[in-house]
Amino acid sequence: MIGMNGYQFYWSIVWDSLPLLLAGAWVTIQITILAFIIGTLIAMPMAVARQQGEGWAYRFSTWWVELSRNTPAVFQLYLFYFGLGAFHINIPSYAAVLISVSFNNAGYMTEIFRGGLNAIPRQQLSASRSLGMTSPQSFIHVIFPQMFKVIFLAYVTQGIWGMLNTSFGMLVGLQELSGATQYAQSASFRTFEFFLVTALIYYLIAKGLQFSSHLAFRLIYRS
Amino acid sequence: MIRISNVQKAFGSVIVLKGIDLTVEKGELVCLIGASGSGKSTLLQCINGLEPIQGGEILVDGISVHDPKTDINKLRSKLGIVFQQYNAFPHLTALENVALAPRVVSKRSRAVARALAQKHLEHVGLGDKGDSLPSQLSGGQQQRLAIARALAMEPSYMLFDEVTSALDPELVGEVLETMRLLKSEGMTMVVVTHDINFARESADRVAFLCQGEVCEIGTAEEVIDNPRKEQTQKFLRRENRKPLEIVRSSVA
Amino acid sequence: MQFQFANQGLAWSDAYFLAQGLLNTVRLAAAATLVGTLAGIVLGWLRTVSMTVRIATAPFIDILRSVPMIIQLILANSLLSILGFGTSPFWFGTVALGAWMSAVTAEVVRASLLSVPVQYRKSARSLGMNGYQELLYISMPLAFRTGLAPWIGLVLSLIKDSALAGVVGYIEYMRSTQILITRTHETWLLLMGAGLFYFLICYPVSRYSRHLERKVRV
Ligand SMILES: Nc1ncnc2c1ncn2[C@@H]1O[C@H](COP(=O)(O)OP(=O)(O)O)[C@@H](O)[C@H]1O
Ligand SMILES: [Mg+2]
Repeated sequence: MIGMNGYQFYWSIVWDSLPLLLAGAWVTIQITILAFIIGTLIAMPMAVARQQGEGWAYRFSTWWVELSRNTPAVFQLYLFYFGLGAFHINIPSYAAVLISVSFNNAGYMTEIFRGGLNAIPRQQLSASRSLGMTSPQSFIHVIFPQMFKVIFLAYVTQGIWGMLNTSFGMLVGLQELSGATQYAQSASFRTFEFFLVTALIYYLIAKGLQFSSHLAFRLIYRS
Repeated sequence: MIRISNVQKAFGSVIVLKGIDLTVEKGELVCLIGASGSGKSTLLQCINGLEPIQGGEILVDGISVHDPKTDINKLRSKLGIVFQQYNAFPHLTALENVALAPRVVSKRSRAVARALAQKHLEHVGLGDKGDSLPSQLSGGQQQRLAIARALAMEPSYMLFDEVTSALDPELVGEVLETMRLLKSEGMTMVVVTHDINFARESADRVAFLCQGEVCEIGTAEEVIDNPRKEQTQKFLRRENRKPLEIVRSSVA
Repeated sequence: MQFQFANQGLAWSDAYFLAQGLLNTVRLAAAATLVGTLAGIVLGWLRTVSMTVRIATAPFIDILRSVPMIIQLILANSLLSILGFGTSPFWFGTVALGAWMSAVTAEVVRASLLSVPVQYRKSARSLGMNGYQELLYISMPLAFRTGLAPWIGLVLSLIKDSALAGVVGYIEYMRSTQILITRTHETWLLLMGAGLFYFLICYPVSRYSRHLERKVRV
């Protein structure tokens, strides 16, 4: 331990707290997946609206996109948590994190989807309309499936970004992985050991998400 | 003189050149023809050391290209090369494109390099385009710019790799015209081409490459008009049927 | 007594406090951008030309992109303290944000260098340029054009992530906002101020970056 100023690493205490950390990790995974789904559902219509280039839906989604992309994600969390609190609308920290990460995901995904939509030939829409499909039907059955294939990598990357953003839960007292670690280490002040293990867990979650989404991609697109 | 003897070249396990023998005399124009994928581009890039070889030897004016002791950068300035596309550096004006190598490789002063560049731009008919960016030039002009850029290093040999293949038919003529001009000035040239008419009119000798070897070599009259090998005959029949080639030749 | 103090409204001195926070955000973002970009360019170039470096540094880049910035900040803080490398929150923030910036910049540099069509590089070498001349006069200028817009995107991410440096005790703009909110309860006014501050920096820059991206594509 040269250069460690005599610091002794002490891992067993982290081991004892592992159940607490894993419970936090489970909350992290929950919020990540929920926010991914909610973000996706909001982003799909917003991407179509963004493509229109005019009208209230276009303006609404443009605002959403610009706000979510041009302010810190932690600011967005404070907006939902403290901001609503000032109006005596007190939402639990779980909900605040879920809402803010979904908000952020939706903004970024809208732009990712829009890029994907641009890559799909216009004739695809006219072709499906000519088969008698309604506009939403065409998007759901013809356009979106193609779009997801194009943007898959960026889409998964955004999902992982969303996972990283759930760590702000620590700042509003939520016991997701970071918050649980913060809580667990406060008795011993073994900050480095605790957060190193937490970093490792985050890394494993990220890899797990990446792996499972690639697997899902293979299954869905049979490629 | 370029002397290529028994050159072998592989990309990983794919053997591209199986033992090429070819000699290009001073002042000669040799056309290389052959199906796509037969290794013509690879051979050109071996000649100026852009690609390593696995066997054999290439001598340029008696200097071995792939000998580690050879100053390859110095040798390369003797060998100009022009590719099918992506030639002109897109971030530099036409004049800067030509002046760059004289300045940084030959260590000419900025003023001398620019004067030299202007001279070579005029040589290929781009004297008034010095300040244009490649994106403002037509495909044909970009290819002529690439020729001027190579000429500015005052090479003894020029290598051309299908320089007209990516061009719109109406732009082919001006580039071929520039190549004919070089030949008339006595430049030694190795030209990979699909333009059978150009080969017939301009080549001193034509070499047909197939399956990694020189299948047939001789004058244009021998190889193109009276091919002896079956592969050559087959290749020429296919080439003659391509409608695009007919359009191009009539313009050229 | 203390409670009265805690509920006190905004005062002019708070504007000074916020201005300090603003300055701190700019200082931290600038330092981390500078350090991270320079390190990232070298790392990205090494990763492009050397297989050994590519393999050896892959975990570094992968980990920095898969662990939340908050955790990286806390780890930088505690590790540097353990190693006896000072106690300055500015320094902790610069190390953590700079390390992240170097990893992501390296990837942009590498992708940009690889996007230079090989023909340009061969042309340059065929004119007698050596490898370094080719890099200096051809690959770098061309890679710069493709890499600029994504790099600006990274700087924006870094500015936004600097809002987390409060967790290691660095009083940047977001942290100073939060401190004032706790004291004055002027939640909306202060939050709007923070939102506006980041938006006014990020929005024009991201517009410009998108404009650049379009220009490079055509
Ligand atoms: N950089 C490379 N890596 C691997 N294989 C290559 C590379 N360049 C060319 N080849 C292969 O070498 C063969 C000859 O290519 P090339 O010399 O370009 O042929 P030509 O110019 O006659 O069309 C082709 O089969 C091609 O796929
Ligand atoms: Mg070729």
